[in-house]
Amino acid sequence: MINLRLWGSQNWRLLLAIVIFALIYGSYSYMHPSGGTNRLFVQNANEIFVLVMVSMAQTIPVLTGGLDLSVGAIMTLTNTVASEVVNGSPSEILLGIILCLVVSSLCGFINGCIIVFGRLQPIIVTLATGAVFMGLALFIRPSPGGNVDSDLSFAMTFDLNEIFLTYKWPLPTWFESTVGLIPTPLVLILIVVFAIWLPFRSSVTGRGCYAIGSSMGAAYMSGLDVDRSKIAAYTLSGLLAGIGGLYLALQTGSGNADVPQAGAYTLNSIAAVVIGGTSLYGGIGGVIGSIFGAMSLRSISFNFRVFDADGPLGFIADPLLQPLFEGTILLLAVSIGAASVFRIKNRLKLFG
Amino acid sequence: MLITKFLLIDKPIRYALGIIVLILLTGTTYTLVTQGTMAFLSPTYLLQQLQVASFLGLVATGMMMVILLGHIDLSIPWTVTCAAMAATAMGGEWAIPAGLAAGLIIGLVNGLGVAFLRVPSMIFTLGVNTVIQGLMVVYTGGFAPQTHSTPIMETLATGHLLGIPNALFVWAFVGSLIVFMLTRTAMGRYIFAIGNREVAAYLSGINTRLVLIASFVMCSLCASMAGILLAGYSTKAYQGMGDLYLLPAIAAVVIGGTNILGGKGTFTGTVVGAILIVLLQSVLSVMQMPEAGRQVIYGTVIISMLLVYGRGEKKEG
Repeated sequence: MINLRLWGSQNWRLLLAIVIFALIYGSYSYMHPSGGTNRLFVQNANEIFVLVMVSMAQTIPVLTGGLDLSVGAIMTLTNTVASEVVNGSPSEILLGIILCLVVSSLCGFINGCIIVFGRLQPIIVTLATGAVFMGLALFIRPSPGGNVDSDLSFAMTFDLNEIFLTYKWPLPTWFESTVGLIPTPLVLILIVVFAIWLPFRSSVTGRGCYAIGSSMGAAYMSGLDVDRSKIAAYTLSGLLAGIGGLYLALQTGSGNADVPQAGAYTLNSIAAVVIGGTSLYGGIGGVIGSIFGAMSLRSISFNFRVFDADGPLGFIADPLLQPLFEGTILLLAVSIGAASVFRIKNRLKLFG
Repeated sequence: MLITKFLLIDKPIRYALGIIVLILLTGTTYTLVTQGTMAFLSPTYLLQQLQVASFLGLVATGMMMVILLGHIDLSIPWTVTCAAMAATAMGGEWAIPAGLAAGLIIGLVNGLGVAFLRVPSMIFTLGVNTVIQGLMVVYTGGFAPQTHSTPIMETLATGHLLGIPNALFVWAFVGSLIVFMLTRTAMGRYIFAIGNREVAAYLSGINTRLVLIASFVMCSLCASMAGILLAGYSTKAYQGMGDLYLLPAIAAVVIGGTNILGGKGTFTGTVVGAILIVLLQSVLSVMQMPEAGRQVIYGTVIISMLLVYGRGEKKEG
């Protein structure tokens, strides 16, 4: 039997992230005229997907006590690669997708190898490799453009019905009005969680990532393969960022080596990881929290679209105030999470 | 004699100096072949590069204060911009104090958050950066502010004294203050002590919170000074003017041999690191290297330099 209290005390950060998301997105759905409809869900799911993937990518290195400042760059690089190769016949498209994911995993693998075998700090390694990946992206696509298969693009960015409609598969009627209404991006997130994250977390390598983050020395002395876990963490991070980049290419139908955008995704991913309850010191948290963290972060800006501009709080609807609110909410979220330091009686415990 | 002296210099600085010479030689070979001149070795060019490097150098100097503690300041981009906007908006005699005051406030907020709330500096300063950005967007209404820098700021940033750019004097002045603080005062010892082991520093009776706050304030003050000079250099303040200074500043500090985990580093290293990065960017752009190639070379240089001298201990645990 699951001990609920124990589970709660171990997962309160995740629960907090879910509550934050429910509050922010709930208020948006409540105010939106078509809140709760399939059309709105599809639109929002599309808007959150890339950040969700990049935040998941950021989480795994953070769990090992590291950081990946190149997730945005890997995402962008994969985006530009996808704009070159994801088109043509179905088999070419499939090969293109595989190539994209191989490229992004390779980027992550290189990060991991330099960190492990070069014995360098992750933050500075990924800062530098991020520049290299960004350079490669600019090399592939000096100006925005490219071509992405539009059928696949339609199929992946709407609801499940759209997949059947696009490829003219027979659509069962019971399916159309029930399961078929689920936004495809949400299904993709679930697939990533169940097919990649959960198996990884329960593997020895995945548990090793948590162990390294908690105590590198103890993990090493317990005979865990520290190097393998670290390299796996960064490789998986690259893969997840690549899925994000691939999806962005499907969404926009093109590739764009946008340097400021890559930087914004990297920084937002760190924020999402923290809101999602993963400790930046490593060892605590998980990818699922980051999904809610990323969704909360994006939902903040959704709210600004629906605020009644003529109401008593109408001044909040001013788009100019949006960055200020986003920053304030981020600061508040991390400060509330940190408020427990005031309950600590022995200041020595602060230093961990 | 000269060679033995050279070998006595810190390993990172030695390599960084070597790379600087290599960059200049490569650039000169390029200009000799294409134009038949040695433009990169002319004093005018070198002084001009030093002038540009002083902006990055100031930011990196401040960044070094927090990196020595094992922290980081990601609010640099908008601290630079905010100080520039505060200075140009104030105008007149109080322009520079207004810019520095903006930096002081930001540094205090950062320091208080990190020292008292114990929020990791990476995420707290990131949040502060977004908040300042928000405040500046509200203040400017989303447009470029219609104010100009004052004559004093322009003189400081672009003027020359005895043929040497004034910005270089500002950098040297700030740098000498920092070097004095780091090597000759108790505060300097405290910074290195906290960077090595914070709990030990605390148990030795050091007021660690005060040192943290003071370091973050110094970092923001340096960044705001750079912002004021930048505003003087381009005669106005504009959004995003600080964006190009965050990552190069971290890179400059680390290339100069400062440990990103804190506790070890020299000011000379940071100076050499800042000059290296500015020269690298300048020479590559003169050689008409496309942006793609510049980014790749930039990243590769940082990694290869660190692989040579920045590696950690072999044993784990």
